[in-house]
Amino acid sequence: MDASLTLETGSGFWTPVLLLLGLVVCIVLVLIIRAFGEKSYKRGTEQTKPFLSGNAEGNKDAMHVRAGNIYWGFLEALKGYYTPTVGAHTGDVTDYLIWYIGVMAVVLGILLVGVLL
Amino acid sequence: MQFVEFISTHAPILILAIPLICAFLTPLVSRISDKARNIFVTCAIALSLATAVLLALDIYANGARTYVFGATSPGIVLPSGMNLPIRIMYEVDGMSIFMVFISLIVALGASIYSWAATDKYTGKDRYYTLLLLMVVGMLGMELTGDIFNMFVFFEILSISSSALTAYYIEGDSAEGGLKYMLLSAIGGLFVLIAITLLYSQYNVLNMAALASSIQYTTLDIVALGILMTGFVMKCGAVPLHMVTPDAYTVSPANITAMLVTASQACLYALFRVSFTLFGKSIIENMTYGTVGIILIVIGVLSMFVGVTMALPQHDVKRLMAYHAVSQTGYMLLGVGVGLAVMGDSSQMDAFGYKAMEGGIFHIINHAMYKGLLFLTAGAMLYMTGTRDLNKMGGLGHKMPWTAGFFIIGALAISGVPPMNGFASKLLIYESVYQFSPLLSIIAMVVSILTLASFVKVFHSAFMGPQLSDYRNAKEVPKSMIVGMCVLAAVIVVFSLFPDWAVKTIVDPAVDALLNNAGYVHNVVGGA
Repeated sequence: MDASLTLETGSGFWTPVLLLLGLVVCIVLVLIIRAFGEKSYKRGTEQTKPFLSGNAEGNKDAMHVRAGNIYWGFLEALKGYYTPTVGAHTGDVTDYLIWYIGVMAVVLGILLVGVLL
Repeated sequence: MQFVEFISTHAPILILAIPLICAFLTPLVSRISDKARNIFVTCAIALSLATAVLLALDIYANGARTYVFGATSPGIVLPSGMNLPIRIMYEVDGMSIFMVFISLIVALGASIYSWAATDKYTGKDRYYTLLLLMVVGMLGMELTGDIFNMFVFFEILSISSSALTAYYIEGDSAEGGLKYMLLSAIGGLFVLIAITLLYSQYNVLNMAALASSIQYTTLDIVALGILMTGFVMKCGAVPLHMVTPDAYTVSPANITAMLVTASQACLYALFRVSFTLFGKSIIENMTYGTVGIILIVIGVLSMFVGVTMALPQHDVKRLMAYHAVSQTGYMLLGVGVGLAVMGDSSQMDAFGYKAMEGGIFHIINHAMYKGLLFLTAGAMLYMTGTRDLNKMGGLGHKMPWTAGFFIIGALAISGVPPMNGFASKLLIYESVYQFSPLLSIIAMVVSILTLASFVKVFHSAFMGPQLSDYRNAKEVPKSMIVGMCVLAAVIVVFSLFPDWAVKTIVDPAVDALLNNAGYVHNVVGGA
């Protein structure tokens, strides 16, 4: 058992420590570039307030994009898949038991046919 | 030194006896103080974990350990001349101890998390007693070498899990607990029927003895099918997953983390039955990998249906519960491919072993990051009083630790490098690709959808401006942070050193599953 930093995946290799070292180098570079940036920035002043083309900033609560709005288009486009799939999740225990018996019958059928073949 | 030897000798039973005895002492310790009880329960789990480490060192050095109750060897010779392993015995190999680690690490994190997470509720004596019994149920299933004994622990696990799922009582908790109990009871009943079918033919309940005797009669096939379906339902795989989101959503967050490991204990039972109990018969009698193909189909369905059902959810715990279903699919896919090619040594060497490595490694990775994610969901609920993502926002301003732990868990479950989830998924992608490129592509697409889903959760819960409702929100208490930290630490270690994890704990588990003859020999060979 000779453990190393590199995981052999069968067809390739994976060395997370190398990736992390690369990330560290990138972060250092970013910080160096940042150090050359504008130094007159002051927190809590007009500089840091949102600028919406001169319009007043709206209510913070109303501006947050809620979970229900995210991927709305994706879900709408796949309505044909989602309508029956969501519908199958009835929350009714009787349905769960029917699924259970049905799946057991299918598994038993496959196993028995598998042996007969 | 003698003491360490004694502990090491009796470790298989001590791992289980410590939480079992402590479970019934918990109400007594509670009389001293709540704090004493909390520390007592956590220490019991930590002690059990330390014993498991001691046993693991021995198993990795000297091979599987058989522990017989009331005798020194598995066999018993009666005056009638009967020589059968009829005593209850534990057979602990690489796979068993691997699962024991998973159960105990998550239980340790969950118990520390409980200290503050349950402070608003009453009935904590019973809560902690049931928590320890739940640990006992999982450990018993993972350690035992007797199939009826496994059923007994399956029932202990089901009853304690159902009660804990309904712990909040209010809202839909009782309904979730009842559904979980009903489905578990029906599943348990069928498992018992299957055990009866085997016992009626072979007169033994010991799994090694059964594995060596099985003739693969029609009744055996029926028993295999019933056992498979029962364990598939309990591990939350599609299309028998529906109770999983119902129960996971309403249970306390730390119990949900343990429900994940409970489902994995049933996954272990499924693998033990497929590889050890019926492994030899499957190779000799079945057409090309039928059982493996069944697991693969269930795995792919679980991956796809789980993740697509997660996307539209706005209840954070329900969303995560569907992801638990989806991730179970990866494990079934990886191990299923290994099972499908078990009879073909060239395919097993080419990709089957790596697929199993990936599937088994994914079990522990999933337990850690999904456990962590459920704990972060519990932290959100603790602070906001809601599970509805539509009502959350801006929590990152006030809960930086929780947000940080969520990022770790979300990156890991989405398989983003350099996290541990990426390592196990990479093993699965590459090996499964050689079995069927389409399955590998589906697995990758599911990973992308998983990332999309957790981006949604992160954005809607933690990002955005501070909302007026949560102006007074603050970080959760320290014990909850420490509980999350335990699981996050394991994720970080496995992320940085995946090769160490695979070679130290995963490969012995894979070897144990594949070494059907060795498992049988440990008991029957010495009988």
